[in-house]
Amino acid sequence: MAEVVKCATREAYGKALVELGEQNDKVLVLDADLAAATKTGMFKKAFPERFIDVGIAESNLMGVAAGLAATGHIVFASSFAMFAAGRAFEQVRNSIGYPHLNVKIGATHAGISVGEDGASHQCCEDIALMRSIPGMVILNPADDVEARACVLAAAAHEGPVYMRFGRLAVPRVFDETYQFEIGKGAVLREGTDVTIVATGLMVNEALLAAETLQNEGVSARVVNMATIKPIDRDILIDSAKKTGAIVTAEEHNVLGGLGGAVAEVICETVPVPVLRVGVEDVFGKSGPAVELLHLFGLDAAHIVEKAKQAVKMKA
Amino acid sequence: MEQTLKKELQIFATKTRMGVLEGVYNAKAGHPGGSLSICDVLSYLYNVRMRVDPNDPKGADRDRLVLSKGHAAPALYAALALKGFFPVETLKTLRKSDSFLQGHPNMDKVPGVDMSTGSLGQGISAAAGMALGAKLDGKDFHVYAILGDGELQEGQVWEAAMFAGNHALSNLTAIVDNNNLQIDGTMEEVNAPYPIAEKFRAFNWNTVEIDGHDYDALEAAFAAADACTDRPTAIVMRTVKGKGVSFMENAVGWHGSAPNTEQYEQAMQELRAALAELEA
Repeated sequence: MAEVVKCATREAYGKALVELGEQNDKVLVLDADLAAATKTGMFKKAFPERFIDVGIAESNLMGVAAGLAATGHIVFASSFAMFAAGRAFEQVRNSIGYPHLNVKIGATHAGISVGEDGASHQCCEDIALMRSIPGMVILNPADDVEARACVLAAAAHEGPVYMRFGRLAVPRVFDETYQFEIGKGAVLREGTDVTIVATGLMVNEALLAAETLQNEGVSARVVNMATIKPIDRDILIDSAKKTGAIVTAEEHNVLGGLGGAVAEVICETVPVPVLRVGVEDVFGKSGPAVELLHLFGLDAAHIVEKAKQAVKMKA
Repeated sequence: MEQTLKKELQIFATKTRMGVLEGVYNAKAGHPGGSLSICDVLSYLYNVRMRVDPNDPKGADRDRLVLSKGHAAPALYAALALKGFFPVETLKTLRKSDSFLQGHPNMDKVPGVDMSTGSLGQGISAAAGMALGAKLDGKDFHVYAILGDGELQEGQVWEAAMFAGNHALSNLTAIVDNNNLQIDGTMEEVNAPYPIAEKFRAFNWNTVEIDGHDYDALEAAFAAADACTDRPTAIVMRTVKGKGVSFMENAVGWHGSAPNTEQYEQAMQELRAALAELEA
């Protein structure tokens, strides 16, 4: 068996920025003193004249990005998710979202898998925050292949985009033939008893869970939902009709994220059981990333458990 | 300054003040005090300084004005209407649900508005981004940002000031409307940002302190900004909140309330008299 390639989505983000920089000289990249960690440092090295470090000032980061976008540039603004979506929420809302400016927020170090830095840096609220801004597109790639595709799609999209990347190296899920389109989910595996809708690093866990479920006689469909907003309603409704139960899986608070988005659609269309796997409305803690993911129930085993529960709930 | 020009600018400013009153009175809401205090600098900017074209409000090479103190929108709208960006008559629709004239500036709805503002402290960052954008593209347009003195209490202003100073954004001019009043009282009663000019100088800005209702001083201040080619300039203007309407001048209560019919009539009478005198 071929060895699985592991790569952090932030790494793919940095590489994709360089690729974009080569294609389009309107692309500018901004960071707030985290270029080495967010991987925008790769762009800085390749295009120093188009890289701007605003220092540790995320509010100003978003405002300057807005002003640059207003003068016709395609601006990528980066920081950790905690500061990009959390600290600068209102700047993103008022200076970027409200005027619908062409700013792409590259937020890295999202979720529990930040690891040792602990709760202050483990942002599990960013999807909920960004979802509440009208017109914001939210992309949460599952691996490095999808991360690259998201960055290129974000650059081609007119308007604000929030991209969510991780610190941890995660297994590659997709091959080079992978096609990504904003707003479209994808069925990765067919099944009839339950649908697992997953995003980010939970996509790989969902595939592992489906394998386990198969061995236990439960047929699970797996849907990759890289775009959380606008959510792909069609694939959700189709999944609810075909399998009659849904489990969501995300590295984010169970409130207001993918689980919330899916439940909103399903409640109003094809009401079937929707169970959510995610961070159970608690703060994270320090520890090795992989250990924390298991500790907080962000793994295949927990998805399997929830899937069986969801199947039982079917009338 | 040449007397004919000065008179023209004063006439424009007086008409701008009348536009503020029309808007706020008809809306029964808005911010007259801090709108009236910036009418003279708006007159100077739009009639003397700024390279703008009402027929091409999104022109890539235009000068930009970011009203960082977005609550003074009634003054900006009046000045833009008088310059022909949209009909003066529409000023009466301010804040109505079927109007494009939002309570705070919206760049997507109002021709001539260069940045959506209203949440204090954010406009100056966007203005710095625009100025940097011009430099990166080798364009020669200038960016003006008008800030309130109370707004200087927002930390983001100083994040932006540090950034603009370090990037030597000489094509950025910040104008501080120092009328010394904010909603809860005087600057001193709340949390005084003084000394203002010294703070900007500490962030590597060129500074000028003037009387913001004196056109000769405005002319000299902007000339000083032009002459400074290695850093941004902050023009700290001492102004009178409510300027031009006797009972609103220096009265904190007129920050965010609209005049009743009687007060509106009196204010308009005063402004009409001032206009008649200027036009005589």
